[in-house]
This record gives sequence, C-alpha cells and structure tokens, in this order.
Amino acid sequence: MTQDARELWRSLDELADDPAFRERLHREFPTPVEAVTDPLERRSFLKLMGASLGLAGVTACTKQPVEKIVPYVRQPEEVVPGKPLFFATAMPLGGAGVGVLVESHEGRPTKVEGNPTHPDSLGATDVFAQAAVLDLYDPDRARVVTNVGEIRPWPTFLATLRAALAGQQRLRGAGLRILTESISSPTLSAQLQGILTQYPEAKWHQWDPAGRDTAYSGARLAFGEPVETLYQIDRADVIVALDADFLTCGPGSLRYARQFAGRRRPSEAERMNRLYVAEAMPTSTGARADHRLPVKPSEVDLIARQLAVAVGVAGVPTGGSFAGTAAEHVSRWIAAVAKDLQGHKGASVVIAGPSQPASVHALAHAMNAALGSVGTTVVYTEPVVTSPVDHSESIKDLVADMTAGRVDILLMMGGNPVYSSPADLTFGAAMAKVPLRIYYGSHDDETAGQSHWHVPQSHFLESWSDVRALDGTVSIIQPLIAPLYATRSPHELLAVFSDTPEKSGYEIVREHWIKTTGLGRPDDESDATPEFESRWRRWLHDGVMEGTAFAPRAVTLRADATAAAAALSGSGADIQFRTDPCVLDGRFANNGWLQELPKPLTKLVWDNAVIVSPTMAQQIGVETSFSYQGGERGQTLSEIVEVRYNGRSVRGALFPVVGHPDAVVTVHLGYGRRRGGSLLRGAGFDANAIRTSDALYVGRGVEITRTGDGYSLACTQGHHSMQGRGMVRALTKEEFLRHPEAVHEGFESPPRTLTLVPEYKYEGYKWGMAIDVNVCTGCNACVIGCQAENNIPVVGKAQVLRGREMHWLRVDQYHRGAPENPETFFQPVPCQQCENAPCEVVCPVNATVHSHEGLNDQVYNRCVGTRYCSNNCPYKVRRFNYLLYQDWDTPSLKLGRNPDVTVRSRGVMEKCTYCVQRINEAKITSEKERRKVRDGEIQTACEAACPTEAIVFGDLNDPQSRVSRLQAEQRNYAMLADLNTRPRTTYLAVVRNANPEVGA
Amino acid sequence: MPQIFRRSSNAVARLSILAVVLLVGAGLTLLWVLQRSGWYTDQRVAREQPIQFSHERHVGGNGIDCRYCHTSVEESSSAGIPPVKTCMNCHSEVFAQSQYLKPVRDAFESNRAIKWNRVHDLPDFVHFDHSIHVSKGVGCTTCHGQVDRMPLMWQEQSLQMEWCLNCHRNPDRYVRPRSAVFSVNYQAPPDQLELGARLVADYEIQKLTSCSTCHQ
Repeated sequence: MTQDARELWRSLDELADDPAFRERLHREFPTPVEAVTDPLERRSFLKLMGASLGLAGVTACTKQPVEKIVPYVRQPEEVVPGKPLFFATAMPLGGAGVGVLVESHEGRPTKVEGNPTHPDSLGATDVFAQAAVLDLYDPDRARVVTNVGEIRPWPTFLATLRAALAGQQRLRGAGLRILTESISSPTLSAQLQGILTQYPEAKWHQWDPAGRDTAYSGARLAFGEPVETLYQIDRADVIVALDADFLTCGPGSLRYARQFAGRRRPSEAERMNRLYVAEAMPTSTGARADHRLPVKPSEVDLIARQLAVAVGVAGVPTGGSFAGTAAEHVSRWIAAVAKDLQGHKGASVVIAGPSQPASVHALAHAMNAALGSVGTTVVYTEPVVTSPVDHSESIKDLVADMTAGRVDILLMMGGNPVYSSPADLTFGAAMAKVPLRIYYGSHDDETAGQSHWHVPQSHFLESWSDVRALDGTVSIIQPLIAPLYATRSPHELLAVFSDTPEKSGYEIVREHWIKTTGLGRPDDESDATPEFESRWRRWLHDGVMEGTAFAPRAVTLRADATAAAAALSGSGADIQFRTDPCVLDGRFANNGWLQELPKPLTKLVWDNAVIVSPTMAQQIGVETSFSYQGGERGQTLSEIVEVRYNGRSVRGALFPVVGHPDAVVTVHLGYGRRRGGSLLRGAGFDANAIRTSDALYVGRGVEITRTGDGYSLACTQGHHSMQGRGMVRALTKEEFLRHPEAVHEGFESPPRTLTLVPEYKYEGYKWGMAIDVNVCTGCNACVIGCQAENNIPVVGKAQVLRGREMHWLRVDQYHRGAPENPETFFQPVPCQQCENAPCEVVCPVNATVHSHEGLNDQVYNRCVGTRYCSNNCPYKVRRFNYLLYQDWDTPSLKLGRNPDVTVRSRGVMEKCTYCVQRINEAKITSEKERRKVRDGEIQTACEAACPTEAIVFGDLNDPQSRVSRLQAEQRNYAMLADLNTRPRTTYLAVVRNANPEVGA
Repeated sequence: MPQIFRRSSNAVARLSILAVVLLVGAGLTLLWVLQRSGWYTDQRVAREQPIQFSHERHVGGNGIDCRYCHTSVEESSSAGIPPVKTCMNCHSEVFAQSQYLKPVRDAFESNRAIKWNRVHDLPDFVHFDHSIHVSKGVGCTTCHGQVDRMPLMWQEQSLQMEWCLNCHRNPDRYVRPRSAVFSVNYQAPPDQLELGARLVADYEIQKLTSCSTCHQ
C-alpha cells in the first residue's frame, strides 16, 4: 500500500479541501493583530509597547523580599524535607475502586500515580484519578455544616438529627430513608446494614445516574442472580463490543486496556487480537476497533440477536430487520463476525455496554456461553457493589414515598440527585415534602440548595475508608492529609446513627476489619492483636488486601434468558444519553483540568453539545464551520438547536461528529449545572432535563429544531495543525507482514550527513521516547498526568477559543476514509526534543538551548516572550503564557503544586521537558549510589499514567533499553522527518488486524 | 551676520559627546557593580533572626557536626533546618533557664514553629540539590564559608549564576576528599589542582552546564 499524506484528515473542511478554508488556514495573522494596520491604532499600540517595555525594565530592579523558613517543631521520623513520600490508597468511583499511589510533599498530596499491585490499576490511572488532586484543593468545596445556608456547629446538627431519630425509634424507622450511590465499601455496607437492623422499617435507596445496574439486570435475566462479569481480554483472540466503551470507560477499563494492548504488538503478529465494535456515538474503543459498525443505539439489540442466532444460541426471537442500503453491509458484517467468533471458540468474548438494556447483556452472556468462553475469557463472580438494585426503580420508589408523605428524614449521601435524577420524577418537588432533608456532599450544589442541612464531605484523600476493585480485591483508603475543612467521611456521618456518634473514621474502618478477620483481643473485640496489626500495616503499605478477590462463580444460563425483546416503539430519530468523558455525570464539573481536557473524538472543552452525524446536521440545516485565526487556532461556530423529546425540551449547540450514525442524537450528561462551584456555571446544557426514567440511556422520537442563535464551541480539533503531511502511518497486518518497509514508503528522510556543523556526539545518556500509536486509546490520562506533574495552568473557554490552551502534551486525532465511518487515530504529541531543533536557532536570548543529553531545554527566566520559537516549531508544541494564567493567590491551589517544577508567569514560553525534574532526580540518586540510571527507573508523567504502555521513555545510548528496542522496530517513524529536525520522540505505525471478509 | 557660536563651541560639542559616552559607560558600570554588590546579592550581610542563634558558638565552640542539625544534607535536595526538638535535645539540660532561649522553649511547649529568616535564597526557578554536591566532594564551607566564625549567619557567596558556573566549569579548583566535606577546618592544599583533577576522575564529577541541570 502506498501512503498518501493527504489520506489523513482532521475535519470535514479539510477533507473537502475548500479553497476558502485553505485561505483561512494560511492567513498568517489572527484578527486582533490586523487592527494594528490602522495608523491611529498603530500609534497607541507603539505607545503601549514603549510604556510596557519601560515598566518591564523598572520591575526587574526590585530586590527579593526576605523569605521565612518554618521548620517542624517535632519532625515526623519518615519525613525528609525535599523528598516526597508515596502512600497507597484507592479512589472510589462508580461503585468500584482504583488503587493509586499518591505523592506527598511534606504532607501535601501533589500527584496521583497508579498502584502496580492493584488489579484495576496495574500501575496506570485514568483522567479522574489524575485530576483528583485538583478536586481536593478545589477552593469551591463546601467547608462547614450549614442549615438553610447558615453556618451551624456540628453538635447542633447532631442534636437535630438525634432528636428526629428518637421520634423514629417508635416507628421502627418507617419514615427514614437513606439515598446513596453504588457502594462497594465493606465498612460502609456494614454500617448501612446496621442502621437497617436498628430501624427495620427504614429503607435504603440507590441512585447512580449512569451506573452498571443494566449489567446486573442483564445477569439477573440470564442467570437469575446479579453476578459480576469480568473479562480476561488478554485471553481473547476475537472481541466484540456491543455499544461498550470497555477500554476507557467504567471500572476495570484500565486493566482491560492493558490486556488489550498487550495483544496488539505487530512484532508478535500471530498473537494479535481483533476487535469488532458496533456503536452509535464514536468512542475510543470504536476508534481502536479493526471493524467498527455505526448503528443506532436501539439497533444494537437487533445486531446482538442476529449475532446470537449466527453463533448458535438457541431460542432467540428474531424479528425486525435492517432497512435500506446499509442492510446488506450489516448482515455481511454480522456473518463475518459470527464466523470469526466461531473460529475462536473459547478465545473470544462478547461485551455489552452499560447503556444497553438488560436483554442485550443477556444475549452477550448467552453468546459467551455458546462460544465456550465462560471460564476462559469471561469470569463470573459475586457482585462488587453491595445490593445491586435497579437504580431507576429504587429512586422511583423513593419519590413515590416522598410524594405520599411517608418520609420524615431523608439522608442523601452524595450523587446530587436534584440535578442528576430523571426529569419525569421531579425529585426536587417531591423532596420538598420531606420535613428533614439532609444532604451530605462535597459542594454546595443543586441538592444542597434544596436541603435543610448540608454536611460537607471529605475528599477521599482526606479520609479513612475501604473499597473493592472490580474483582473484589479490597483496598484500604488511607488519608494523605487531615481534612482541610470541617468535613466528615461517610463513615463518620453514619456513625451518627450509632451509640458512638463521635467515633473517627479510622476507628470505624479498623474495627470493621478486626471484626471481619476475627483478630480482636479476646477481652476486647475492638482492640487488635499483634497479628492484625502486622496485617493492617501490610494492607496499608501494599494498597491491596491479599486474597480478598472473589472466587469465580459457576452460573447456569436460564432457558428463557434470551427470550425478552427490547425493541423501542415509536418512530423518529433515536436519542442517546451518555456520561461525559471528562466530567462524567457532573461530579467533576468544577474541576478545571477536566473541563479543559479535549474530549476524545469531539475535542470539545468547557461544553457539551447536541451531537449528530454530518448528514443529519445538513438535513437540519445547520452549518458549522471552523473559523481559523493565524493558521493553527480558532473556534467552531455552530448554532443553538432545540431538542424536544417526550414533551420536554432543552437547548444546546449542535455539533456534527464524523462516524456518528444518522437519525441518532447523542447528548452528554454532566453539564448545565446551576450551582456548586465557580467553574461550572454557563458550561453546556442540562441533558437531564429531557432524560426520563423509562428511557435512561436510549429513547426514540426526538425532534430537533433550529433557533437561529449562533454559538461558539471551543473545539481543539483544528488547533496546532501540522497541515497534513502524514503524521500517522497505518496499514493492515497482511500489508505489514508482507512488506514491513511499506511504513516508510512515500516519506523521505534526509541522510544524517546533511548538516553544515559537525555532528554532536551524545556521551552518557541520550534520552528518547517512543509512542506506539497502535495502542493509544486517546484516553487523555497522559494529558492530565502531565498537567498535574508540571503545574500547567487552566486558561478558560475564552482563551481556548483563541487557541491558547496550555497542555504540554496534546492528543491529535486524525481520520481516514469516508466521513460516515472513518478510521480514527490518536497521536499524543509532546515536544519532540529535536536534535536539530528549529526553535533554538531563532531565540534571540538563548532561552531555549540544547542539553548535553539531547533535551531541548526551556529556560523560563531567560525567556522574554518573542514567540519566535513557537512560530518556528513545526510540531506546534510550544505554549505561551499570554496572560497570567497561573493562580498565584488562592491558598488551597498553592498546596497542590509540584515543588520541583517552576511555576511560570505571564509572558513566558513553556513546553514539555520530558519531565526533566524526574530525570534529574533519578540521575542524582544513581550518582549517589555510583551506578547508571536503570532502564525504566525514570518514568515521565505521561508514561506513568498510560494504561496501554503506549509511551516509553529511556536512554537511546543503551541498546537494550525498551525505547531503543522500540525505535529499532520497523514500524518506527519520525514525524516530519523530511525537515531534518531529528526528533528524539518517534512513533510506531498503526497495524490493523483487518478481516477481509467484512469488506469496506 | 555674526557667528552665534564661538569657535570654542566645537570643543564643547566634542566634549559633550565624550561626556555622554562616559556617563552612559559610568552608568552601566555602576549597574554592573551594584548588581554584584552585597547591597543587591545580600552577600556577607548578617541577617537578624528571631533567636540569636550563633553558629560560632555551636560549631566553632562546641564542635557540633553540621549533620547533627542539618540532617538531610546527604539524602535530600534540602539540607534541612532543624526542628525545635533538636534544640531541646540539649537545651532541656544546658542553659535550660536562659532568657535567650525562651522563644525556643515557648515554641516547643506551644507547638508553634519558629519562623527563621532565610539567609540563602535562590530564585524560585533554580533547583539546587545539597545531597549530590556533598556526595561529589563539595565541602560545606566551600559555599557557606567559615560558619564556625559567624555569630549571626550570613551568605558568604554571591549565589549568582556566574558563581555557580565557575565551579561547574572548573570543579577541580574546589573539590575536596569526601572525608573532609563536613570539616570546617579544612584548608585546600597547595597542590589543589592536582588533587582536584584526581578527585574529579575518582568521583566521576561531570562538568554539568546544561540549563536543565538547575532550571527545571
């Protein structure tokens, strides 16, 4: 296959290659600078410039004020100033926990890394774990107990609640309701069970706006019990995902991504797996698929049904068929997938996504059973969450009780139900009938605003708790820091119901495990034996409890498992509700790092949108255009549309996404928040306003009408464009095996002798990086990891619209093929650390120079902000502080900064340094131990976060290092090698394991 | 029409050109001198402290090793300022009632830290690691001077980049045997350059002058 650089495209404008678009793209100066051509403007511009130059000179004359040193009074033994400590803990999210190691500088948690011994982390982290530090230091967090907005001391709250509970004693708790999210903490479950025993008539309800309850319902349908389904992706040759974004979304995704990537190495071509994905909204998993089928979400059921029949599942009611021209393609797709599945019996797996109804999950279970995968690629265990109820039914019951006036005390533990519950339940109105409403949450959000009492919640980095991983392994959550404010952990809150309301979270968690292990002293059960003490220390140190994983469970498929059909009635377009990839259900809406993170596939920041296919957008009549400024930045201009569904409507900006099927509208939850922070206001629209309990994930009959109002979406897809030129190289496995050199065909790479100056010899270390585009899932963990490690500021939507986002590492996204269903590639782009760096030769003040190990150093204190370097960088990886983006004043944010990295100010250029602070640290350690730095000893922040090990850093002078071996592979190529920049960062080409029988 | 300017004006004009050049030169020289002077760098300016702690007494008089208080100098970037507990190790017995030590006792009892005035203050964009310097044979007194003769602590060197680079470029002029790193009485031998060259080879001292060595 010969590769044409123009095959790859980033946006539809680029694909169409419209002359007007080209003109805009090549226009050098963004609009603000054009104003200077006006003579009067020019004069005032020069005046301002002169004045600022003069003032800049004057400010340089100040002397530094005297600083204070504040040593400890009694220094803790293990604390060495300047040396960070790492503590194992776990981050609970979505009813399961991911084990993490948290870096602590003199007691301040600054950075989260994965815990290699934890089964759901394996050393990697997702964006939420990486951004957890910013959540902890969020200045908008609730700090005190309040009663209808007034600050109240804790004892007042305690007295009120205990008086109300005394009234419930007689009623056996008939008026007490507790609403929680999914819970997998053994201690919290025991506490809740204790309350339910104490108040037998009380009820515990659960609501997660996008949990995994459909998966449990599916298991109940298939096996009669809500078992947990675990996949062993590393044992699967063929994987079929039915609307399942299992690589980047939900508990276990980090492990699945690692296992998936382990079998995508073309160097072991015979072990390469094959992934088929049928989905509506394009996801990261779909982008990594060898064959992706865009279908309406309601059609996934039909596909599962036909696939089940084809692989030999008995008793599947057929019915329904695909209409139109696509029908033939779909049936060929299904036939090819079925054949592939049957050819790999026992080594294949079918995965159903959590937004699909129970019937699809049951079909997937039936297929896995028929294909002999149970016990090999699919393992069933008991559920990780305590009491896996149907959340939709659970919250409906609660609303019914509240409306009927049967609820006297409502305790809501997190989840912000007023915002996140389905619109038809009118939770807020029903709640108003409850005489005592208590909300326990981290922010003063929508629910807090309608509650009598708001008890602030401790962050998981400040509290003792425990949580189970997806396979059941328990981790103790240990705090890294004492609560910053007067907050409480969930255990401390529930202790209010017991005889010991002031018991600390530490005691509660410990006593639970003393009781569970039976290792208490005979005379006093709550006091630990030395045996328990040593185990406890081991658990805290390792971050996991050995041997607590659930044993696989034998299940039998019910005969009528696949009998139920889930066809949607009605006509019209489908609507699909998804959690947002960055702010989830809205719980991270006040986290600037996550808000400013370009979402995979849409590349939107600070907004959600009404997502449709380009064809559908055309039918609606909305034209979106990318408005370029200065060639590499700009914004997407769109129009607000009204989405009407089931008599409810919401207004949001329309955004076409390539690969999205027609007649489907996708909206993401988590935006349109009204209360609970300073960052979330005005961002996006609230999709919950049209989400009803009968169609939580998929509905039919949505209508879209134009409003004519324009809207600017901050979409970074057009930013930092390198204008074609074959950034990603991709071929199929057959092509690669037949002729591996095809990767380099059509690209020239100048000889190393093409230089005027003699070649510099890098003695000692020669740092380099290899990025395997083949396994990158575009999950963005590296981007947030880099942001947390390197003190990178958040700039806000207005600045992103001008292309001024500060991420040192960006994930570029390219498409190839027809816009209806293109191939999608993700390419992380940090500074390439060119040996012949174009930025260095143009800097007038030597602020960017080469180190003797080949790093392209950036010296902030020398930089005067000419931006020549950025202009001359072909990779567009340099970031300029146009304004004072860094928050220098908010005290809580200062705590979270990495003390080893300079905090940059206005007017300074910055960029990726390969985490030079980590390199220096490792070099100093190795020098003191009189040895060389070992391979893998230095992990850059992006490398450490990556779930698929796509990023590898190391010494190129060591031929045995992982990076040297990767760069020696035939797939290895340098981006824009023809410019003779000799980048130290190179890429490994994509090799797709295509099935020729599927066809295009 | 008579001449407005007399002939001697030419000389004045020439002189004034010279004067401008000299003035500008003098101004620049003044700036050059000023920004290297102790006024700007705080070099050799003794700094007041909340407690009149004397290195002269403790190091010179009592012969206490640097590492008794600056405990992390061999393992961390920071040498460490001792916690109040370290003072109280001795001063709960020695001069236990001294008026000068009242702030120390108060801090210890009330658990409130003592706020010392920083003497050696590098800019925030510079990262300095004590442990590697100590491990490569840079003595304490090489940078910090004869602390055993400082009643109040001052900054002995300018701490300007040219001073750092001077040693980073010519380490052989300054290194000493590892065994003498913490000695305050160490005198460089007459054959320092010879010894230095040998130590540079033995300790594998590199001439690190890349920007990212210190600026990270």
